[in-house]
Amino acid sequence: MRAPAIVYAADPPAARIAVALDALVAVYHRPSGVTHLLAAPSPELLDALADGPADAATLRDRLAARYDLEGDADDRITATIDARMEEMIVAGLAWTT
Amino acid sequence: MRHALAVRVGPVGFRIGSAWPSPVAASRALYQGYPAPEDGIPDLTVRLYPERPWRRWLRPSVAIGGDYWLPDAAPLPLAQALLAAEMGMNLQVALGWRRHLLLHCSAVERDGRVLLMSGASGSGKSTLATLLALSGWRFLGDEFAFVSLGDGTIYPFPRAASLKNEAVAAVRAAGGIVGPVLEATPKGTIGYWRPPADAVARMAEPAPPKLLLFPRFGEAERIEAMAPSETFVRLTQASTNYVALGQAGFSALTRLVQGVPALTIGYPDSAAGLAMVERLWREA
Repeated sequence: MRAPAIVYAADPPAARIAVALDALVAVYHRPSGVTHLLAAPSPELLDALADGPADAATLRDRLAARYDLEGDADDRITATIDARMEEMIVAGLAWTT
Repeated sequence: MRHALAVRVGPVGFRIGSAWPSPVAASRALYQGYPAPEDGIPDLTVRLYPERPWRRWLRPSVAIGGDYWLPDAAPLPLAQALLAAEMGMNLQVALGWRRHLLLHCSAVERDGRVLLMSGASGSGKSTLATLLALSGWRFLGDEFAFVSLGDGTIYPFPRAASLKNEAVAAVRAAGGIVGPVLEATPKGTIGYWRPPADAVARMAEPAPPKLLLFPRFGEAERIEAMAPSETFVRLTQASTNYVALGQAGFSALTRLVQGVPALTIGYPDSAAGLAMVERLWREA
């Protein structure tokens, strides 16, 4: 039996200010007052959560609707999404529901 | 406090109070010609007081305090009280100022634009700023750049430049008058260079930044562009109030790193450093 997928959530986009500096995006998180430097696809994942809490597969579909995700198998993409979301949970930018 | 001096440097009104007359007399001489705080009301207070009551007379030992203080700030002998007063002013600004984003930078201006130089002690940022001021640039300060939270312009904070060790001779060789000089301080030899009258007279005139350098004295000549994200991280570390300013600090700093090119420069001596700065300024 497969473990239920982890469902992620984040503050709405208005809770953050994002400024693309180069390959890295500076993100000011208003609720905590903490500044983060994020690389793709983390800022995009946070934005994708604006449509509501989602698991990695749903986030993959939301990203695919906006970006070209060619080149990787679906399970590798969802594994990457899980890894990035785990980092953002540790940083205080996201949580699980 | 029994002895006191009120003085304004750039946007900051200071009151320096002391248990002894000599620190105030030394500061009064160093800040001769500077205006009083606006409306006579200082923003920040520096207190120089005996570490213990009997240390006012017996081997006098100057503790540094004020509106804000650090628990591990070491006291200094009375002979180095001017350094104590200067360190006290830095401490109060670093811990207490909230009206601008503070960057630990030296700053000079030419043709209405500002050159910022950031680096740790020994990087040469004070020496380069002083030498540039001796060759026609307007001296804005050697310790803090005050970045406007509204429009990103740099406000002057033209305190006396604090020159350490070999920098004293380098500035004297360029025709600068350095004094007083304090020997055997915790930071080595320190000499103070008073900014020109023009820098003091124009201390309320800000200007927009044009170029940011991270100088590294004593290295082979090299110039390396710094990515905006690395510049951003470096400047958060070089700011004493970035975290306290919250969103306003974030907006001011991202605007600065997006709009101003940043370079690391290695230079073996002051002459080479000056030549590199002049060339980079022309090309920026």
